[in-house]
Amino acid sequence: MTAPTRTVPALGRPKPLKVPAVSDTTLDNGLRVLAVRRAGVPLVELRLRVPFGAPTGKAGPAHVAKASLLSDTLLMGTDRRDAGRLARDLQSLGGMLSVGADADRLGFGGSVLVSGLPAYLELLAELLTSAAFPKHEVVGERDRLVQELAIHRSTAGVVAREALLARMYGSHPYARDLPLAEDVEAVTPAALRSLHAKRVVPAGSVLTVVGDVAPAKATALVEKALRGWLSGGTPVEVPRAPEQQGRVPLLVHRPGSVQTTIRFGGAAPARTSPDYAATSLANLVFGGYFSSRWVANIREDKGYTYSPHSGLDHPSAGSRLVAGADVATHVTAPALLESLYELGRIATVPVAQEELDQARRYALGTLALTTASQAGLAGQVSQLAGSGLPLSWLREHAAALQKVTVEDVLEAGARWLAPTRLTPVLVGDTEVVADSLRALVDLELG
Amino acid sequence: MPTKTPPRAARAAFTIERGRLDNGLRVVILPDTASPVVAVAVYYDVGMRSEPEGRTGFAHLFEHLMFQGSANLGKTEHFTYVQGSGGVLNGSTHVDYTNYYEVLPSNATELALFLEADRMRSVALTQENLENQVAVVQNEIRVNVQNRPYGGFPWISMPPVLFDSFANSHDGYGSFVDLEAATLADAQQFFDRYYAPGNAVLAVAGDVDPAQVMTWVEEQFGDIPGRTLPKRPSFAEPGLTEERWGVVDDRLAPAPAVALAWRTPDPADLASYLPYYVLVEVLTDGDAARLQDRLLLRDRTATSVGGYLGVMGDPLDARDPTPLMVEVHHAPEVGVRTIVDAVDEELDRLATDGCDTDEVRRTVARMTARYLRDVDPVLGRATHAAVFEQQRDRAELLDDLPALLAQVTPDQVVAAAATLRRDNRAVLELRPGGAA
Repeated sequence: MTAPTRTVPALGRPKPLKVPAVSDTTLDNGLRVLAVRRAGVPLVELRLRVPFGAPTGKAGPAHVAKASLLSDTLLMGTDRRDAGRLARDLQSLGGMLSVGADADRLGFGGSVLVSGLPAYLELLAELLTSAAFPKHEVVGERDRLVQELAIHRSTAGVVAREALLARMYGSHPYARDLPLAEDVEAVTPAALRSLHAKRVVPAGSVLTVVGDVAPAKATALVEKALRGWLSGGTPVEVPRAPEQQGRVPLLVHRPGSVQTTIRFGGAAPARTSPDYAATSLANLVFGGYFSSRWVANIREDKGYTYSPHSGLDHPSAGSRLVAGADVATHVTAPALLESLYELGRIATVPVAQEELDQARRYALGTLALTTASQAGLAGQVSQLAGSGLPLSWLREHAAALQKVTVEDVLEAGARWLAPTRLTPVLVGDTEVVADSLRALVDLELG
Repeated sequence: MPTKTPPRAARAAFTIERGRLDNGLRVVILPDTASPVVAVAVYYDVGMRSEPEGRTGFAHLFEHLMFQGSANLGKTEHFTYVQGSGGVLNGSTHVDYTNYYEVLPSNATELALFLEADRMRSVALTQENLENQVAVVQNEIRVNVQNRPYGGFPWISMPPVLFDSFANSHDGYGSFVDLEAATLADAQQFFDRYYAPGNAVLAVAGDVDPAQVMTWVEEQFGDIPGRTLPKRPSFAEPGLTEERWGVVDDRLAPAPAVALAWRTPDPADLASYLPYYVLVEVLTDGDAARLQDRLLLRDRTATSVGGYLGVMGDPLDARDPTPLMVEVHHAPEVGVRTIVDAVDEELDRLATDGCDTDEVRRTVARMTARYLRDVDPVLGRATHAAVFEQQRDRAELLDDLPALLAQVTPDQVVAAAATLRRDNRAVLELRPGGAA
């Protein structure tokens, strides 16, 4: 069938990035409240970040276990309501609320029908000031968490992540973000109550409220509900992450694995760094989106993998780059070869101007997409606040992206994406893949 | 009579416009200027159920091929144009439909329509691209199923227990043998048969002028010739008359799991179907739900409890026949029978003792909130509107759903629970083989 050749329509005139106004208030108790009006559907999105990093040294792993169980049991009761009551009340409000801990913070995320916002905030206040950690429930959740950890650790991606973090961070608290079962088993309800009293504190915490409610009203409601959240504790600063240097690849044995899970980890510039925009574009060209070289090579040309991806993230103690691909076992060495080639290329050979422009347009366009829903906007405001940045940083970043040159990308690639700067971890069947990998790289077996 | 309508605040009110081209393409437009972005989604009325015997996984493989080149575009150009205009894109294959979508800055609306029209016009296939995508799909199956504990449980492993016909029971990801047997001729035939404009719905949501969109749609899609549509076959098969019990061994899983499935009424009949939607949430939505309360909080026999409608967990996008599923992960020392018996007891209790208005009202409140959250992003709105229009001729369900959910009564939920019996259900037991 021959179709007439048709012209690809040109893009219309781009609209400027809309960055909504954020109301920024710090309450007397130290809690910072960020509020944005976004109408859309009659809902309100909430994100609360409480600094919660683990201490350095021997207390670190125990903290990770406590933080994990604390987030799992926070909704198990307060002075006034038991677990069932809390769950039913949340449901009645059209409310969702989840609590999770990571290496930096305890995070509360949820949403509620606008009509339920005052009652939702009251419930949140109870969790922050009078969580009960009842013994029976804590013990039950503790057993459940131990079983869940076994399930997590049976997946190759989790094995790879744990090995990578341990290798990148050594004795720094970031080396472990999933607790050990034995540390979880040692946690008592009293330890959770004590941790809650010491670390769930308003000073340093940020609450983001986005939705179909005026910022002044949202802030007043928060103030009314949370002004009684008082605590003498002070936030713990996570120490700077260690300098990252490339390490010999680690191969972790997973018998019978039909794929090898490949991860590369390294340092990355902070969002405020002068070379951040260039690095984010270098990362895109390498493997940060579908139209990247890595995807074109090991997926669309060679079919070694389904979804290779490289991304930057920004934990408070130091930004990082993590790139990963799960490749068929029999092509593990060829896939590593091509991956090292693409990393080497972005670090040593200038990108084509069109590749740069394409990545730039993607980076600029997706800035608008990330803020185009209540949940997306709330996440963006909250994440940036976690790095000490205002939402208007998006505008500065857009301006910085506009200015990046081919030379800037080469420099950023050499500094952050060079294979010698990265730490590779592979999880797969050692008996099948080790020999051929040794033709390319030295290996440490784990 | 108390009013059944929810408070005005808990409703959606979107502007919905629609059109239809002479070639049969149906168009739904949802203008919204809140952000300078647009979502474009095309739904083809063909999914895993329609793939031929000996070609398991073909609908999904074909979805991959739709990104490999079309009338005026070479391999990877579809991605390059969308991402190079600042957009994101994907496609997905379901039991009853295959969709393609992109979300972009709204100045790329016409481009997105061109791109979707170009591959509706014709798909450009080469043997090399076919073989490449077979390898990619095999790696997708490895990462999501073969190399992952609980991979494909229960969405791939339950249908052969619950259903008999090839259409309803086969593995929609496909066997490696079938995938490797796929030919270019198969692909062309599949395209000719199912990817006709009259078998598709196009939805556009976001910062657009509907009249302008319709003009562009006419320009880009209007000259794609209409084709005779395949008559959509009935996939109906008789329900179960005795319990079925299947077992799947998972060498990677460290702990056992069990799934239970019952058939629901035909989703086309919303009045009969929606009580099952409320029922599954009464049973499994969060710690206030009956099975969570029983298995997680009281008995402490389970590590996780979930429940949903549809093989793939989407309640409002499947046709008949379709299941209500409950999935429970539990500790090795808890026997599967203990879990199944507890589920039975809870169903009996609901069917016998009933439930009160408050339980249904609070369950519906959260369902409504979750639904509104899903349709707040332009993509969620476009995809819901497209599937509602395709399967029900009713894009307006986007606005109507909260009120319909609010009309479900406790009696209807109880009556639905009474139909989930021991003798008409399928049980799938997952036996772990991994080191705990």
